[in-house]
Amino acid sequence: MSDPSGPAIEFVNVHYRIDGKHSLISNLNLSVLRGEALMLLGRSGSGKTTTLKLINRLLAPSEGEVRVDGRSTTEWDVIRLRRHIGYSIQEAGLFPHYTVQENVALVPKLEGWEPARISSRVQEVLQLVGLPFHQFSSRYPDQLSGGQRQRVGLARALAADPPILLMDEPFGALDPMTRAELQHEFMELQKRLRKTVVFVTHDVAEALMLGNRIALMDSGALKGIFTGAEFFRSSDTAVKPYIDAFQAMQQTLKAGD
Amino acid sequence: MPLFAFIAIDKRQLLTLTGEHLWLVGISMFLAVALGVPMGILLSRRRGLRAVVLGANNIVQTIPSLALFGLLLPVPWLGARADRLAILALTLYALLPVVRNTYAGIAGVDPPVREAAVGMGLTPWQLLWHVELPLASNVIVAGIRTATVITVGVATIAAAIGAGGLGEFIFRGLAMVDNSVILAGAVPAALLALGADLLLGLIQRTLVRTHH
Ligand SMILES: Nc1ncnc2c1ncn2[C@@H]1O[C@H](COP(=O)(O)OP(=O)(O)O)[C@@H](O)[C@H]1O
Ligand SMILES: [Mg+2]
Repeated sequence: MSDPSGPAIEFVNVHYRIDGKHSLISNLNLSVLRGEALMLLGRSGSGKTTTLKLINRLLAPSEGEVRVDGRSTTEWDVIRLRRHIGYSIQEAGLFPHYTVQENVALVPKLEGWEPARISSRVQEVLQLVGLPFHQFSSRYPDQLSGGQRQRVGLARALAADPPILLMDEPFGALDPMTRAELQHEFMELQKRLRKTVVFVTHDVAEALMLGNRIALMDSGALKGIFTGAEFFRSSDTAVKPYIDAFQAMQQTLKAGD
Repeated sequence: MPLFAFIAIDKRQLLTLTGEHLWLVGISMFLAVALGVPMGILLSRRRGLRAVVLGANNIVQTIPSLALFGLLLPVPWLGARADRLAILALTLYALLPVVRNTYAGIAGVDPPVREAAVGMGLTPWQLLWHVELPLASNVIVAGIRTATVITVGVATIAAAIGAGGLGEFIFRGLAMVDNSVILAGAVPAALLALGADLLLGLIQRTLVRTHH
């Protein structure tokens, strides 16, 4: 079933409608390659989150097929599918009644891992996201800063070592300094882990910095897929506003020097 | 007349009736929680049932308690024993706060928290057990608290159909036109309600603390 050379995720003629009419995603065709970080870029309301939810089957396509490891998400056992995919969202969605350690340990625990293995994995994965275990493991989410919460969210998504990672504007709510720090660490992490990542952002600089490729979305449709260089060379009218915004930002930065 | 003069006379009866009262309230609350929490959970899963179940519960609450006891009296198995009947009526009264708060507590779980849990691959039962119930527990206990206080009060009416409890004193006092006898039932009942409220309040605070 799983062709290791094939794409990790594939959208084939995917439509998603609400109540059978209002269309949120129309005719989406997209392949995410194994080990790449694909950035879903688009303005607010363009359908990025909906696209992400179609991958872990929080939503099922109205038409067409979303394939994970070559198999339609509707054919997967949905629990197996979701545990095969790490999910990290804005504001992290941490369980407020669980400590950091308990948050991170939950999926391995549900997967029936040995306690010793869980405990060493929790340590490892917290280390990986830059949170010393002894300092953070028994804190509750409300005893963490926004950046720390986001790190725990990432650690939790990585805990059971899923090959695929979905990240929905994970750094969107952070202050610029913390955001830059986490972006940097994400790059380092991705160099080492080589997960298949689908990363949602509305920030063009973030997309250029973190992604192998950028999938540009607008009004529920894919406008094109670009590498960083292709993105800048593109004469596509959908791309232009982003390049303008990016250059305006650089101008401002230069002016500030 | 000294307010508690009767206590010297009727201490044993007071104890017996308090015991009966606690029994009626205890069994009814046990049933109300055993039925109400699952019903609240069901409502959170099938929101379409919400109007029907909460509506039916609301109607029960609007029936005056004395009338409800009377209405149930002719029912065969129930009517045979006054305490059965009283327990059923009390359970019905206690149900609404428990169901409503269980539902509200679960519905009140932060959407991103629920979504993260589902997205991580929790099954519906795991979602309930690891996320929804713990986060709703404070609101659920608040509902149980309200229900208990109501039940302690309504249980005094049970004496009217011969189910015993502190209402015995109240009805006897009414018949005798003797306030001190009425108070012999009313004061302990009020104290029981207060005590239950304090105890459950304490439990509630412990839940908040352990869950932040
Ligand atoms: N459950 C829903 N019902 C109706 N409209 C929705 C629903 N979910 C999302 N939408 C709409 O679909 C569009 C795409 O939403 P979304 O995928 O969340 O966009 P993005 O993540 O790019 O901001 C938006 O216009 C949003 O208002
Ligand atoms: Mg979104």
